[in-house]
Amino acid sequence: MTGTILGAPDITRALTRIAHEILERNDGADDVLLLGIPTRGLPLARRLAELIGAAEPDFDQERRCGALDITMYRDDLRLQPTRTIGQTTLPPAGIDDAVVVLVDDVLHTGRTIRAALDAISDVGRPRAVQLAVLVDRGHRELPIRADFVGKNIPTARSERVDVRLMETDGEDAVVLTSRVQQP
Amino acid sequence: MRHLLSAGDLTRDDAIRILDTAVQMAATQEREQRKLPTLRGRTVVNLFFEDSTRTRISFEAAAKRLSADVINFSAKGSSVSKGESLKDTALTLQAMGADAVVVRHWASGAAQRLATSGWMHGSVVNAGDGTHQHPTQALLDSYTIRRHLVAEPEGKGLEGLRVAIVGDILHSRVARSNVDLLTTLGAEVVLVAPPTLVPVGASAWPVTTVHTLDEAIETHELDAVMMLRVQRERMTGGGAAFFPSPEEYSRLFGLDGARLRRLPEHAIVMHPGPMNRGLEISAEAADSARSVIVEQVANGVAVRMAVLYLLLAGEESAS
Repeated sequence: MTGTILGAPDITRALTRIAHEILERNDGADDVLLLGIPTRGLPLARRLAELIGAAEPDFDQERRCGALDITMYRDDLRLQPTRTIGQTTLPPAGIDDAVVVLVDDVLHTGRTIRAALDAISDVGRPRAVQLAVLVDRGHRELPIRADFVGKNIPTARSERVDVRLMETDGEDAVVLTSRVQQP
Repeated sequence: MRHLLSAGDLTRDDAIRILDTAVQMAATQEREQRKLPTLRGRTVVNLFFEDSTRTRISFEAAAKRLSADVINFSAKGSSVSKGESLKDTALTLQAMGADAVVVRHWASGAAQRLATSGWMHGSVVNAGDGTHQHPTQALLDSYTIRRHLVAEPEGKGLEGLRVAIVGDILHSRVARSNVDLLTTLGAEVVLVAPPTLVPVGASAWPVTTVHTLDEAIETHELDAVMMLRVQRERMTGGGAAFFPSPEEYSRLFGLDGARLRRLPEHAIVMHPGPMNRGLEISAEAADSARSVIVEQVANGVAVRMAVLYLLLAGEESAS
């Protein structure tokens, strides 16, 4: 099945549910810190922060949300053209002893998350690390799972999942396509 | 990008990419844990045929912060002093598996020769060749200028800024590299030197040349002043002198407190080091709040990290 899997309302509903699951799991948002993985994990983390803020008025959306670039921790740097390094912005109080919720758009092989865990240990020592993703498409290559999933989408390896977000692409949608064969 | 041989080879986009990458590298250097795993398993050789402490340790620090293995090879006390040629040295480094060679050589063009000879496969970074080029110095200078004088610097060049380069332009690879890079990035360059220390071809460069520092300060609104080191030994005495005396040089080209105060409020003072205090720059100017000389050293590490990352991390260099 290819085409648009999630539309804008679906994405909003999934994120709203994840925000509440995060609160439920952690008994509120006191220690919760959201770190988005650029590019599309970052707007998702901001939206989750906003949704958590709507449920818990004491939650400081600005100071409890950051960006974690993982480019320099990847294990496939030598297999790809040189990647541009993104920005890492950590909350002013640092991440020590916090419950860090990593946020990314698609969970696939798990290698990005492996790199993110390494990056986290270089910037501090959180009490716990949890993982929230909008889409889990399977095909894990490492023993990594998500704590919060917007939607599980069974895919073939040859297929491609594109998350498009208003902030980066001008629309909200999750699109599944069969990869076009290169001539 | 496979080699970094000359600042003149860089397009504006290349240069901005290096500077933007350096911004992210600098941010990682403010953390408690400053080492990144990015270049694990890669080997960087520092091949220095000429004495240089700062440049070598700056490259060494940059490579080590990215987890590359570093081998320091200096010509003194090595097989080079026994007469080994550049070619045989290169073949040796190739056999040792050098992924990048950072080379400083007294002969102009040595880095180019190493990169294009086919003697070795690794990337070559020119860390200064004769009186020709020193591209990472120019990059760190532009980085420093951009950081201080351009608001929200990422993605931007140096348009509208005016930079004076003062001193021995003739022998200076720092000056040549800076003229190339500053003009590529859109800045205007004013050379300030006695006529004897301006190279013959400089009239074709896209720069303005004046012959005293006072004239430069009076006729141009300068945003940055870059002082070059005077190599005392080659400058005075005998028939080969370039100016009559160090005192006269100081009077006409030295940056002292009085001249510093005549510069615009925001102007910064730079020097590639090592400084001759009291000759090209007075202690007052070197230690003033507007001097960014010490910061240039820290920025050098970030810029060299960026260069090593861009040369070594991607697939092009994997083969």
